[in-house]
Amino acid sequence: MSRKIHIVCVSGTREKLQMAAMIASVAAASGDEVSVFFSMNALPYFVKGYATAAPVEGSFGVLMQEDGGVPSFKQLFKYAAELGDARLLPCSMAIDLLKVSTEELDPELGPPTGLTRFLSDAEGAQMLTF
Amino acid sequence: MSEPRIIDARDTFCPGPLMELISYMKRASVGDELELLSTDKGSVNDVPEWIAKVGHELISSEQIDNVWHIKVRKAK
Repeated sequence: MSRKIHIVCVSGTREKLQMAAMIASVAAASGDEVSVFFSMNALPYFVKGYATAAPVEGSFGVLMQEDGGVPSFKQLFKYAAELGDARLLPCSMAIDLLKVSTEELDPELGPPTGLTRFLSDAEGAQMLTF
Repeated sequence: MSEPRIIDARDTFCPGPLMELISYMKRASVGDELELLSTDKGSVNDVPEWIAKVGHELISSEQIDNVWHIKVRKAK
């Protein structure tokens, strides 16, 4: 039986984004209905041309950074969308503050979404925040 | 019977091998066999778990020289 999982990403650190992406990709590819809401410090990584590497929180982030065998969080979110039809939703407020258009976001991202809509859609879902 | 398609996911970490397998599985035809090569120990449990959940078939899983060879068949 598939579950409904809503993930909120607000942190811009490597470990939190990686864990959120791992859950999103595996859950979506396993048939769960996954929606990811990107806001605050998490959204800039999905603006085309944004080249800043996500800072690490601790030693594990350094390990992931140094080992080339760890799939990047962006690749994993892309897997979630392409293999499992996960919805990757940019926060409309964050888009306004960043002063970017939807055309400037990565193509995997869906339409700008307000918090009210996201929370409404999340009814009955498991909510995870990173 | 044709040889299984080899998916070389050695030296990648969770959930990389599983995602590689799923990518190939999506493009495969029903009845096709795929063989995943993985050095990630978690794959030994994660891949059969995913196979069972989504309804494909696990053919075999064995470790040869520190590499796990996991053979699966697309069932639907």
